[in-house]
Amino acid sequence: MSDLRTELKESIIEQLNLEEMEVDEIQNDEPLFGDGLGLDSIDALELIVLLEKDYGIKLNDPAQGKEIFASINKMAEYIEAHRTK
Amino acid sequence: MTSKSLMIKSYVHIRNNKIFRNGKEIFALESGLETDFLKQAYKKLKLNYPKFHKMDGLSKLGILATAVLIGEETVDPTTALVVSNSNSSLDTDLKHFESMKNIVSPAIFVYTLPNIVMGEISIKYKLQSENTFFISNDFNGHLLKDYSEILMNSARAAAVVSGWIDLKNEEYDVFLCLIDEKGNIPFSAEKLEQLYRFENE
Repeated sequence: MSDLRTELKESIIEQLNLEEMEVDEIQNDEPLFGDGLGLDSIDALELIVLLEKDYGIKLNDPAQGKEIFASINKMAEYIEAHRTK
Repeated sequence: MTSKSLMIKSYVHIRNNKIFRNGKEIFALESGLETDFLKQAYKKLKLNYPKFHKMDGLSKLGILATAVLIGEETVDPTTALVVSNSNSSLDTDLKHFESMKNIVSPAIFVYTLPNIVMGEISIKYKLQSENTFFISNDFNGHLLKDYSEILMNSARAAAVVSGWIDLKNEEYDVFLCLIDEKGNIPFSAEKLEQLYRFENE
């Protein structure tokens, strides 16, 4: 369970080029957008790509992203329930 | 339209793993690829601007060059940007083309235009100004001088950052100058050409 969260943090840092951030600086329940990690709309699209590429999850409605990408915990829960690889 | 007496206040070169401000070397990396150089230069200049790491090479070069050019000075929000190069955004276009073999990366795609570098500079310095990007085979001092002069003399810009930001296949060539009514170097096309061709030997 926690391995997926760590894996997600590592992927996010790498895919979104958060080079000045360490895995342990991202809290599981911290908002990824807005006041949290401060991600932007392009980052949101990269997260959609990450879901498809790494976990075989294709989001047909990008609006779903708002809920799924609320935090690392929310992302992990969604991946565990919907992953195809 | 009044004709102002324009001067070159400062200028910067980035080429061959080195950064020069007003002809004086301020950073050099002995060896390494473009990506290593950009990252090390960012650290050396203590930019503290995490968005830098998300940018493509052309934008990183533009951010580094303007950071050196402007330093700690306050920038007038009407400072215009007049930039040129010969390879447009080809370096990123090719990366985007490669990514099309799998799932396209939105973060790469958004940099597939040369003028994005001016957008990044404008965001960092909160500029709300005129900006123009010319694609030409070679550095053209007359074009940059004429266009910058029109912007200054028509009161559309309090200052102009003008020059050349080019990148392709790990090879980069950057020359930017800050044109203002204050400064020590008289602004002319010939002077731009001369400064651009500055050699650090």
